[in-house]
Amino acid sequence: MKYLCLIYSDETLWPKLPKAETDAMMSEYMSFSADIQKSGHFVAANRLQPTPAATTIRIRNGKLSTTDGPFAETKEQLGGYYLVEARDLNEAIQIAARIPGARIGSIEVRPIALTPAAADQR
Amino acid sequence: MTNEGGDRIRAVVEEVYRTDSRRVLATLIRLLGDFDLAEEALHDAFAAALEQWSPGQVPSNPRAWLVSTGRFKAIDSLRRRARFDRSQAELVAQLDHQPAVPEEEVSDDQLRLIFTCCHPALPPDAQMALTLREVCGLTTEEIASAFLTGPPTVAQRIVRAKAKIRDAKIPYQLPSVAELPARLDTVLHVIYLVFNEGYSASAGVTVTRADLSGEAIRLGRLLAELLPEPEVIGLLALMLLHESRRAARTSPSGDLVLLDGQDRSLWNRALATEGARLVETSLSSQRFGAYTIQAAIAAVHAQSPSPAGTDWNEIVGLYDLLLQADPSPVVALNRATAVAMRDGPAAGLELIDTILRDGHLEDYHLAHSARAELCRRLGRRTDAEAAYRKALALTKQQPERRFLERRLAEIC
Repeated sequence: MKYLCLIYSDETLWPKLPKAETDAMMSEYMSFSADIQKSGHFVAANRLQPTPAATTIRIRNGKLSTTDGPFAETKEQLGGYYLVEARDLNEAIQIAARIPGARIGSIEVRPIALTPAAADQR
Repeated sequence: MTNEGGDRIRAVVEEVYRTDSRRVLATLIRLLGDFDLAEEALHDAFAAALEQWSPGQVPSNPRAWLVSTGRFKAIDSLRRRARFDRSQAELVAQLDHQPAVPEEEVSDDQLRLIFTCCHPALPPDAQMALTLREVCGLTTEEIASAFLTGPPTVAQRIVRAKAKIRDAKIPYQLPSVAELPARLDTVLHVIYLVFNEGYSASAGVTVTRADLSGEAIRLGRLLAELLPEPEVIGLLALMLLHESRRAARTSPSGDLVLLDGQDRSLWNRALATEGARLVETSLSSQRFGAYTIQAAIAAVHAQSPSPAGTDWNEIVGLYDLLLQADPSPVVALNRATAVAMRDGPAAGLELIDTILRDGHLEDYHLAHSARAELCRRLGRRTDAEAAYRKALALTKQQPERRFLERRLAEIC
């Protein structure tokens, strides 16, 4: 079963941290990624650019509206994600708890919905 | 079968349902991998027992009979559905090849059920409702009336919780050793919340709801039997010790009676003695926590002949210990009232005022009523009156309101 681990934190915090701290965090991320690749839990991961780079689009009555910024203004923003393969929610929680960002922000763990065709193959 | 034989079998089946239905359900959930399917299978199995058992021909191991009958009934009904839905066919094939169930797995099933119902990924309301429904076997209506909500609300909580268990794939298993402490905390918290709701109902016309406390104690006993960890024993002890005072906590007219005004001859000695013995067991483990310390405090009260004859020094010492294990303002408030008993009302009042000044318990009615009580004892009538009024504005429970109104009338 696949789970998407969404990494939320206050993105204004990151630039304020001393370089030694952000460097340490980055290397922790690298070793965590390497670990879960080795253990076979890793499916995909990406870091996102901060929300000023975000654009939100909607189509209403067939008309495209494009606005600057994220979908919602929140205290913590989506900063990146890991897509992991886990046996069940307990294992997914164990993996997500090792994401370095869990210590400064929070990780939302969302099970990936199966399409009926994929469910059939299981 | 004669009518008389039918009645006798009905009585036997009902007895087995009472003692074993939850255990059968716990195993069926593991075998079938689905709560709803397991509940349906449980009903079918008991219906089959009513039809097939007869006097002199009751299976030697009714529980094993019910599990295997329930499992077959479920496979049967899945097979029928498989004719319309191909995805069910594979499930049937899987179930058909399942090995027989060893007995030790079965006793773990009840623990699996408890840990799954109390999974921290479920909201607290749902944890309580699901535990009462699945582990205790209460009906949705019973749970709703115990929590003073409507059956549709409770039913929806349970349906959503089951959907999350299925969709997020919350596993039906015991936590690993590394997960156990945190997971056990959640389970103990759920049991304690159920007990508290029964011990001091948050709203409504009565002080206590014996039904919920009784269920919580049953859960505590079950857990202590399956997983005798010090804090499990400590929580059971705490509940028994509180429960031992139930009869003395309300007057015949349904009014609240505080500890120092309680008729101690009404205390249930058997429960108190059992609780005190369990406290000793847990303390001797050296691995105890907040529940055990609270139980130890309750045990000191239970063994004291009167408020004046209480060892307040020991109680304050236990609160110091509790404050280390659980540094919360509510614990600090309780410690302050114990200090007032040991060193006089002025000392206690100073501590309560510090807690309130820190802004922690401004909305907690018991903080204001404790403050009012100490002001009254110090003869500070105006302060006492103001604090009683604040407490009154913050409480919804009828008997507690009457108690505060009575105190207010006495000083005005």
